[in-house]
Order: sequence, then structure tokens, then C-alpha cells
Amino acid sequence: MTAVFPDIWPALPEIFLAVAGMALLLIGVFRGDGFTRPVSYLTVVVMLLAAILAMGYGAGRVVTFNGMFVMDAFGVFMKVLVLVSAALSVILSLGFNEREQMARFEYPVLMLFATLGMLMMISANDLISLYVGLETQSLALYVIAAFRRDSAKSSEAGLKYFVLGALSSGMLLYGASLLYGFAGTTSFDKIAALFAGGAHASPGVVIGLVFVLTGLAFKVSAAPFHMWAPDVYEGAPTPVTAFFAAAPKVAAIALLTRVLIEPFGHLTAQWHQVLVATAVLSMLIGSFAAIMQTNIKRLMAYSSIGHVGYAMVGLAAGNQDGVRGVLIYMALYVAMNIGAFAVILSMKAKGLMLEQIKDFSGLSKTNPMLAATMAIFMFSMAGIPPMAGFFGKLYVFLAAIEVQDYTLAVIGVLTSVVGAFYYLRIVKIMYFDEPLVVVDKVEDDGMTGILVVTSLFTLLFFVAPAPILNGAAAAAAALFAG
Amino acid sequence: MSTPLIIEYLPILVFLLIGIALAVVMVGASYIISPKNPDAEKVSPYECGFEPFEDARTKFDVRFYLVSILFIIFDLEVAFLFPWAIALGDIGLFGFWSMMLFLGILTIGFIYEWKKGALEWE
Repeated sequence: MTAVFPDIWPALPEIFLAVAGMALLLIGVFRGDGFTRPVSYLTVVVMLLAAILAMGYGAGRVVTFNGMFVMDAFGVFMKVLVLVSAALSVILSLGFNEREQMARFEYPVLMLFATLGMLMMISANDLISLYVGLETQSLALYVIAAFRRDSAKSSEAGLKYFVLGALSSGMLLYGASLLYGFAGTTSFDKIAALFAGGAHASPGVVIGLVFVLTGLAFKVSAAPFHMWAPDVYEGAPTPVTAFFAAAPKVAAIALLTRVLIEPFGHLTAQWHQVLVATAVLSMLIGSFAAIMQTNIKRLMAYSSIGHVGYAMVGLAAGNQDGVRGVLIYMALYVAMNIGAFAVILSMKAKGLMLEQIKDFSGLSKTNPMLAATMAIFMFSMAGIPPMAGFFGKLYVFLAAIEVQDYTLAVIGVLTSVVGAFYYLRIVKIMYFDEPLVVVDKVEDDGMTGILVVTSLFTLLFFVAPAPILNGAAAAAAALFAG
Repeated sequence: MSTPLIIEYLPILVFLLIGIALAVVMVGASYIISPKNPDAEKVSPYECGFEPFEDARTKFDVRFYLVSILFIIFDLEVAFLFPWAIALGDIGLFGFWSMMLFLGILTIGFIYEWKKGALEWE
């Protein structure tokens, strides 16, 4: 048997990203660290070009590389989301890295390779390509977490992330091996066909599925597998935290969605309770544990755990509306999160970063624009209409109510009330407390641009929600058609 | 009629027993039969290049690790090349170019490490 050349066109964004990443690595190593800014700009251009390449991909579902790789409308939506959030994270990091003497050209290149891994995860159509994509992403992320080598906290964050990430990869692999043993195949399409044909889900398959879910829950930092997130988010350099909270989370949620809906779509009864338990725990921990935090990065870590819980409410519904809710939620979450981190990165006094929540005191007097922007993001994360975050929550809770998961929806609404307390506390601190420090001006045009764009998007999403709603609906439909 | 599950593990039990017996015989025989004429150097455990008993937290040049990690990459590359070479007739042009691509990617990594100075001892 002679292997034939596979159709490489569906993987064009990935191939472009890989080739460009290697080219940038060589450019960087020949020009030195003084060339970090041009390499960063080129990385942003490359990511946006890859997003355009992904968008240029037409409708329909194409499977290539011996069934390992799939491209569909779901992939297009998620890839564009990941690429745009990664590009924004690179822009966010420019000023910080130069101020903190960590401007090395490897940083944007590693971000590029991590993004490549995320695209692979989104398009994985086999347990093996799932794992390869996940590891490509994770290995680059471990290095970026420890990128500030002379800081004990950053090294600790990298090490913790690595050890727990390796543990979760081990669990995922163990689950994958059980699935292969009991289902007899690693291909998503064949597993789906097996259960569509009415095959009985043996305990081995269910245990394997639960292990795979555990591994993926680690990656999205859903409770009870969230314990690494606060430490890593606090210890990693702030632009890295911004990146962690956005792109990898979107990619991991995309992977989780595809795994649950495509190969195991007929086993809803088996995974539904696992997902409900994870969603409830994530929402509870995300809202209650955040109340006691004094560090804004730790607070954002618990906030992101909570947001993953809300996204999982939609996923637990297991139908097309639920997946649409998840996609809308993730798109809006990324915008709010990148924006909130842009504010946190702008919080500095005399060039020193401010990371404590009390440093926000009286921001409305020292820098009213920055305070107003942060207030928009906090209102949005709390889910107050008409901000974008409200619509994200609306669609996932609607999906839960449609499938009569009333308990889940009620718990979700109650925990978001608790969550509103700590989001609004930041607004209160900014507007009603006396200033402790004078915050510097926002550093450059890139940062200002991101602040303006994300805050306007969050504030005015309700004016023209159609592009995202339609995109998410088409993506969700593609997942259920296949 | 199917045999009980535990019976299927009987060969493993036999295997374990023979393994333990063989190990006991070998260690025991060499202990009883061999001539013994010990001195300090002979009875101390041997480990290449280091004093066997000292604080484990000594400073150790990180360059050793760097070299060994770089070595492992190319070691694995060779381990990957052998089965590829054997199967080349079956995997055709696609297999050939896949490996060329892999080697190309490794070469880029090699250029990076060379330019970074990872291969220079001083």
C-alpha cells in the first residue's frame, strides 16, 4: 500500500503559521533581541493573515490527513477567535516586555507556536491529533509562563503549570488509551458511527471518556481541576496571564465541544452529569473564592474559572442552541478579558506595575477614562444589561432552560449574583475610594487602541450583534450536521 | 466452556516464581562461591566521575544538561530514521517528503541553537 498525498488545503492556516513561525525564529536569531519589536509586529500580521486564510475557507465539512484533521464552519469560527485574541495578546505584551527587560524575540515566536497548537486542537478529528495539538500548545505555554527567568514567582508559575499540565496530559492519554481499547478506533468519525449504530457504551468507554474530560477540564481550568489557575495567573508575567485567560481557553473549550458533540454525541446520558457537576462547581468556586482575593490577577483567575462554568452550562445542554450559546459566550468573554487585562497592564505608577485591588482606589479621579473602561468590563463580566456579558449568559441559560435543566440555570443565575459583588466592588473602589497612588498614562497607541476597541465592542454589542450571533449559529449547525 | 479469568494469569505466576528463584540462585551463588578480598575502593559504590557520598545539592554545571538535551533530540531523530528507511518502499513519496519536512524543521532548530551559542562550551 502506498500512501497518497493528502489534501493540504484545509490545513492552510496551520501550515502558513508553522512556516511563518520558523521563518520568524530564524529572523530573530540572526538579528538578535534588538529586533523584538519587528518580530512582534510580524507575528501579529501573520496571525491576522492566518485568520483571513481561515475565513476564506468555504462552507462544508472536509476531512483530510487520513481522517486526522477536519475543517468546518465551527473550525473557522473558533480559529478566527483564537487568532484574533492571540494577536491582541502580542500587542498587549509589547510595552510591558520592554519595561520589564524581558523583550526577547522568542516571546512572540512561542506565542505563534502555541497558537499553532490551538488551531490543531480545534481541527482535531482523532484522539492522536487531539493530543499532538494539545501538547504543541502546552509546551509553548509552559515556557512562556516562566518567561521572566530571574523572577522566582514566574519560574514557580511555569513549573507548577508544567507539572499539573503533565498530570492532566497523562490522564487524557490514559483515557484515550481506554477509549481505543474499548471502541477499537481513535478516529472521531468512526467512534461516532459506532455509537450512532446503537453500540452499547461499555464501562471501559465511559471511564475512558471521563478521563479524557478530566484532562480537558484541567486545560480549561474548570473546577475541581482549577487549582493551578490562580497560582499560575498570579505568578506569570501579566501579558502572559492575559494570553492564558483568552486564546488557550477558547481552544480548549472548542476541543471539549467537538469531543462531546461529534464522537460522543450519542452518549449524552453518560457525560451530561459529569458536565453538570463540573459546571456547578466551577460557578460556585469562581464566585465565592474570588471574594477574598486582594490581587487583581488572582481575582481574574477565579473569574475565568467562573466563566468556564457558565460556558459549560451551555455545553451541558448538549444541543445546537447550547453550543451556539457556548460560542457566543466565548467570543464575548475574550473581548471582555483582553480589555480587562489591557486595563490591568496600564495600571502602573512611575513605571512599576500595580497588581493589588486596592491600587485601583480612586482611579476615577486620577485617570477617569481608564476607570470608565474598567467599569464597562466589570459591569459586563457581572452580566449587567446592556453589556456584552449579559447576552453571553442569556444564551447559555436559555439553552439550559430549553432542555429543562432548571437547577443548573438557577444555580448559574444565583452564582452570577455573588460574582456581581466582587466585580462591582472594583467599580466601587475606583469611584468612591480616595486615591492611593497616581497612575501613569496609558503607554502607547497599541494599548489605547485595544482599550477603545474592546470597550466599545463590550458596550455596543447589542447594537449590531448579528455577525457574532450568525457566525456562532452557523458554527454550531456545522458541528451537528457532521 | 470458558476458563475462569484467574487461570489465564497462571503463566504470569509461573513466570514470577521462576524469575524470583533465578535471581535468588544468582545472587546467592555469587555470594557463597566467589573469593572475597575487600578493600575500601572495591566496596565503595561506583559512579562515574563523582564522589559516591556527598551532599546531593552540589552545584552542577547546567551546560551538561543542555548538551544532553540537545543530544537527545538528534538521538531520537536517528531512532526515527531507521524504521522510516526500512519502510520507505511502502510509504512512497508522501512518506519520503514527510521525513524531509521533519528533518527540515529539526535543521531550523539546529540553526537556532547554534546561533544562540548553545553549542559553545565557554
